[in-house]
Amino acid sequence: MSEALNQIAEAVKAALPGEAEPTIAYGDVALTVAAERIVDVVTKLRDDPALQFISFIDVCGVDYPERENRFDVVYHLLSPKKNARIRLKVETDDTTPVPSITGVFPGADWFEREAYDLYGILFSGHPELRRLLTDYGFDGHPLRKDFPMTGFVEVRYDDAEKRVIYEPVKLNQEFRSFDFLSPWEGTTYVLPGDEKAKAN
Amino acid sequence: MAEAQVRNFNINFGPQHPAAHGVLRLVLELDGEVVERVDPHIGLLHRGTEKLIEARTYLQAMPYFDRLDYCAPMNQEHAYCLAIERLAGITVPRRAQLIRVLYSEIGRILSHMLNVTTQAMDVGALTPPLWGFEERERLMVFYERASGSRMHAAYFRPGGVHQDLPDQLVNDIGDWLDPFLKTIDDLDALLSENRIFKQRNVDIGVVSLEDAWKWGFSGVMVRGSGAAWDLRKSQPYECYDELEFDIPIGKNGDCYDRYHIRMEEMRQSARIMRQCVEKLKVEHGPVLSTQGKFAPPRRGDMKQSMEALIHHFKLYTEGFKVPAGDIYAAVEAPKGEFGVYLVSDGSNKPYRVKIRAPGFAHLQAMDYLCRGHQLADVSAVLGSLDIVFGEVDR
Repeated sequence: MSEALNQIAEAVKAALPGEAEPTIAYGDVALTVAAERIVDVVTKLRDDPALQFISFIDVCGVDYPERENRFDVVYHLLSPKKNARIRLKVETDDTTPVPSITGVFPGADWFEREAYDLYGILFSGHPELRRLLTDYGFDGHPLRKDFPMTGFVEVRYDDAEKRVIYEPVKLNQEFRSFDFLSPWEGTTYVLPGDEKAKAN
Repeated sequence: MAEAQVRNFNINFGPQHPAAHGVLRLVLELDGEVVERVDPHIGLLHRGTEKLIEARTYLQAMPYFDRLDYCAPMNQEHAYCLAIERLAGITVPRRAQLIRVLYSEIGRILSHMLNVTTQAMDVGALTPPLWGFEERERLMVFYERASGSRMHAAYFRPGGVHQDLPDQLVNDIGDWLDPFLKTIDDLDALLSENRIFKQRNVDIGVVSLEDAWKWGFSGVMVRGSGAAWDLRKSQPYECYDELEFDIPIGKNGDCYDRYHIRMEEMRQSARIMRQCVEKLKVEHGPVLSTQGKFAPPRRGDMKQSMEALIHHFKLYTEGFKVPAGDIYAAVEAPKGEFGVYLVSDGSNKPYRVKIRAPGFAHLQAMDYLCRGHQLADVSAVLGSLDIVFGEVDR
């Protein structure tokens, strides 16, 4: 298994001179790519006879709000000929668009729309970058870490007005997030009441 | 004669339409009866599964996977468990592997049975669903006898399965197989050479193999176009590499080939199940990892052992921690490649879980598949894509 992975990693390195070194972790070959190079890299991975990553698998976003470039765009490709997978990562922020790969893989269309919808990641050159999963007229990007779990609006049918209306969300009980992390190990904060114990 | 005013016609197909397989809204642009453009509007069943999972521990997130593709619940759980197991390095006991494979194949039959028969219903036949659902009902009873629930099983666990199967259940599953193959033959006789069924499906929704890969198709959709690609064979997980089964492939890439592949896959699933049943009858042992840090102790141990009690308490409050890193794990779900991209930050909750649903990739190709077809073919194509909205909308 690892032999085959090394071969793929070598072939990726040969096909993409000047890119970062591919890494192997948990049975996947992974590569970090600069945003403006992504279309080129994906095209080469698809067309290189030693690789043939012809199958499009996935595009998704990951949010790291504490980073300067807060988003990772993660691409997964599959090579059925070589029986290998590759993962590409691109960093971006909420204003810098990433070139769309819909020209290389038409299947990326909805996946990029989804990433735009849920994270607000912009893709340049996408045929129609509009919302996909959320409601018509939805505001915000729900999968961002700073978007509250409960959202901002709730929907109900109003019998008097005979239509569906949107209202600010009202919670009878505040949303609770339990911290079950062990008080014996692993916490970085001081538990309430423990300040004195720490001081001694 | 004056030139008639001709304009394209826009109609809404769904969201309430029996052939829309759930809550799909298709905006169709028609020129007479020929489809010019298809614009699927999805998200009517969007529940924010990925967001919800981020706020829960690894084990609490498990039942959400049943609710994605609710026609084959355990196959989804399987992908999620595989991702956690690979990241945390948990080994699954042998008997648990067999049970997982057995139930994944039951899930495959559940899903294919639903799809084949409702595809027939979409093109006008009412008998197949009535016959097929009888068998589905029996399979759901097997689900219930193992997990306590007909659909939303929550039966798989990182490190194995929740409970062992009783011997009687294993025997009953073994006894179910032969009558089931008879039912498949009956369905075959009803549909395969049926004149109307063939008229509606042959040469409809043809996909070339090259396009199938580009569009992100997987599972039956690429096998129908002639690729001998099945993750159970090419990237075997669990004990699939020691089981004997064949991968049916199609030639033409049309709806009719895909129907035949699904029928044959059900027979092959029955073959895999038979092998699993034979092995389960003789091989006994634990069904859940014995690593106390990931899997709960057995109930009996907790009465005796202090350490077991502590492990149980910690697992069901704090949960287990998964080492930091990211991983993509995929299984061959009935509908195609179901993948889970898991990012862990080393805490007890997943940092990000991306669910890669096969139906999502298939549905976005509706425009490409239906363009130039007649309006009536839209439902035939939709039927053969095997769409379930739980997984498309997530």
